[in-house]
Amino acid sequence: MKFITEFRDSNLAESIIKLLRKEAYPNSNLMEFCGGHTVAIFRSGIREVVPKNVKMLSGPGCPVCVTSNSDIDKAGKVVRYPDVILTTFGDMMKVPGSYDSLYDLRAKGYDIRVVYSTIDALKIAEENKNKKIVFFGIGFETTAPTIAASIIEAKRRNINNYFVISVLKLTIPAIKKLLSLGEVKVNGIIGPGHVSTITGANDWKFLPDEYKIPCVLTGFEPLDILLGIKSLLDMIKQNKQELVTEYLRSVKPEGNIIAKEMIEKVFIVDDSDWRGFNVIEKSGLKISKEFEEFDAEKVFDLKTEPSIKNCGCKCDEVLRGIISPVECSLFREVCNPENPLGPCMVSSEGACAAYYNYYVE
Amino acid sequence: MCLAIPAKIISISNETAIAEIGDVKREISLMLLPEAEVNDYVLIHAGYAIQKIDEDEANKTLELLKQMDEFYNNSGTLEE
Amino acid sequence: MAKKILLSYGSGGVMMHRFINDVIQKKFSNPLLDKLNDQSVFNIEKHRLAFSTDSYVVDPIFFPGGNIGDLAINGTINDLVMCGAKPLYLSVGFIIEEGFDIDSFEVIIDSMSNCAKKAGVNIITGDTKVVQSGKADKIFINTSGIGILENDLNISGDNAKPGDKVIISGTIGDHGMAVLTKREGIMIDSDIKSDTMALNRLVEKMLIHTDKIHAMRDPTRGGVATTLNEIANQSDVGITIYEKNLPIRENVKAACEMLGFDPLYVANEGKLIAFVEPDIAESLVEVMRSTDEGKDACIIGEVIKEYPKKVILKTSIGGSRVVSMLTGEQLPRIC
Repeated sequence: MKFITEFRDSNLAESIIKLLRKEAYPNSNLMEFCGGHTVAIFRSGIREVVPKNVKMLSGPGCPVCVTSNSDIDKAGKVVRYPDVILTTFGDMMKVPGSYDSLYDLRAKGYDIRVVYSTIDALKIAEENKNKKIVFFGIGFETTAPTIAASIIEAKRRNINNYFVISVLKLTIPAIKKLLSLGEVKVNGIIGPGHVSTITGANDWKFLPDEYKIPCVLTGFEPLDILLGIKSLLDMIKQNKQELVTEYLRSVKPEGNIIAKEMIEKVFIVDDSDWRGFNVIEKSGLKISKEFEEFDAEKVFDLKTEPSIKNCGCKCDEVLRGIISPVECSLFREVCNPENPLGPCMVSSEGACAAYYNYYVE
Repeated sequence: MCLAIPAKIISISNETAIAEIGDVKREISLMLLPEAEVNDYVLIHAGYAIQKIDEDEANKTLELLKQMDEFYNNSGTLEE
Repeated sequence: MAKKILLSYGSGGVMMHRFINDVIQKKFSNPLLDKLNDQSVFNIEKHRLAFSTDSYVVDPIFFPGGNIGDLAINGTINDLVMCGAKPLYLSVGFIIEEGFDIDSFEVIIDSMSNCAKKAGVNIITGDTKVVQSGKADKIFINTSGIGILENDLNISGDNAKPGDKVIISGTIGDHGMAVLTKREGIMIDSDIKSDTMALNRLVEKMLIHTDKIHAMRDPTRGGVATTLNEIANQSDVGITIYEKNLPIRENVKAACEMLGFDPLYVANEGKLIAFVEPDIAESLVEVMRSTDEGKDACIIGEVIKEYPKKVILKTSIGGSRVVSMLTGEQLPRIC
């Protein structure tokens, strides 16, 4: 697998790990913003090989985890309309809303289908003209253009039975919010490699410029992450605050301009409800007026009751990096992947699930 | 947060392409990357090509890794 | 427990184990059942017999490398041979949906007949039911099997011992990915083929070579990760496996990367994992490699005293992580 296997080379990894350990770095808290990094770090065992005085914190970068109960309840409401087929990414199936997960609803007989892509959801719409196909659109800047493209395509091909619930979110306002809360000391940030593939590296300059925090945009293979960690620690040691792009094979300074234009065409920026942060200003994407015929929230009545929070769940604090999952009293005994109380345990890339599944105590 | 993997484009028809990883193929959309050409490696997320992979940059990164490896092997042996 | 039965109660992972233990085993409890092996071994006069049953509900029923009929024969044979038994006789029960294509049915029973012949077992009793359209999905098959133990070995899931080497008979994840790539909504095209095959000839050779096999199991639903966890639990031991040693085909790896799957949790239908005494492990692997069924056999890890009931994976970069049992079913993901 070209561009994958080379970046998993165990001999090279070993050398970098030894270099990391040889150098005396100051005590540092590094935050990986992105859930994909959290999982990659756990799966490859990187936590164990970094110097002992370097602490890896997991950030709020898992779109499943930060989707609020009230947004999940919208999906639960739309399936109750007659002739609706709800389509979604597999990630969302097990997340408990205030009442039910999509899994529970499917067991009750509602037509809910997992797709790999919005392309597949559009196909289902074309093959089921007498049904209403609703796509539950979660994700960050990486996924947003794929959903925008499906709406543009639906308009072009006159597919008028395709609708989208947009609970898409923007990562940069969330990072700003997290840092401005000041609850957790972060010395360096591992920036999201695939979000920045779309947004471009330039959008991340605010971290060194405004917050004086070094940031490295890196890929998801073990060598990418190790190189990113080394680069961050080197900057911290030299007291430099810069933006470094390690993932140069994918991340351009300006990102993917066509994708960004599509996001702008189809969506408007709006406030959005994040689990762990409540409402963050200008951090969500809603469907614009030009495309409102595809907006499930305009076509169906999806207003939901105020959401019910699972009692005792500390996902909020986990998402803000204040506590580690093992510090939550529900962790393992009460809340586990079979019986998740909070979204960080449900999502395969949630910090709680990563600790539960991979962490060697 | 966003799973994306490199695949090679083996055929294109309008805005749709067949992309291949190993011998595993899937139809993908080029709506977000219309400039992609056959034989390009592209990064795929949720069925869409989102960026061309820059082979020169990939090689530079690998080269940097190898330099670190050599540096370690030349300097690190003394204390082991 | 939720009021409704969920799909994941049958997917081979934690939820299924809990459902079986809390709801089913409790009612039927007896010493043979409570061993929780895929087969039971019991004595009738001077003979030790093994008995097993399994139902097959795969979707799609035809997939690259086989069909539901192959699975129904090979799967039950494999459950029997995992305790060292020689399979003798099978029963077959069909539940067929009204309107199912006769030609397809004939293809399926031809496969069944061929598999049985190849393995040297006879199908000696059966049952056929047809239900109204919509009351079943095309065809479901149940098979039960009886085998005989011509040795006095105790090959059982609760018998793995610290120091044992862990051997796998070949590449992992082939069957699950072959089936998955043909499902609606995935649309992946590849030459991944199911590994469905009977393992009785392989096990026969292994038993001629050595009597130092402590446990064996075929890692079907829930994959290698789930089987290793089952054995770690039943035997109250820890298991270490090495990422570098796991045999995975490139195309299976690629499909897993694309969909965000972990091959350790993907089903196999023609593989076994054996826990054997360390001194014979390497020669046993050689014997296995001389057969078609075991040509990619290799040692993937060992049993340890530490970390009881846990499976630890040493990663290729030198870290380690826990490998837990499958929870729910694996779904294609974008995150």
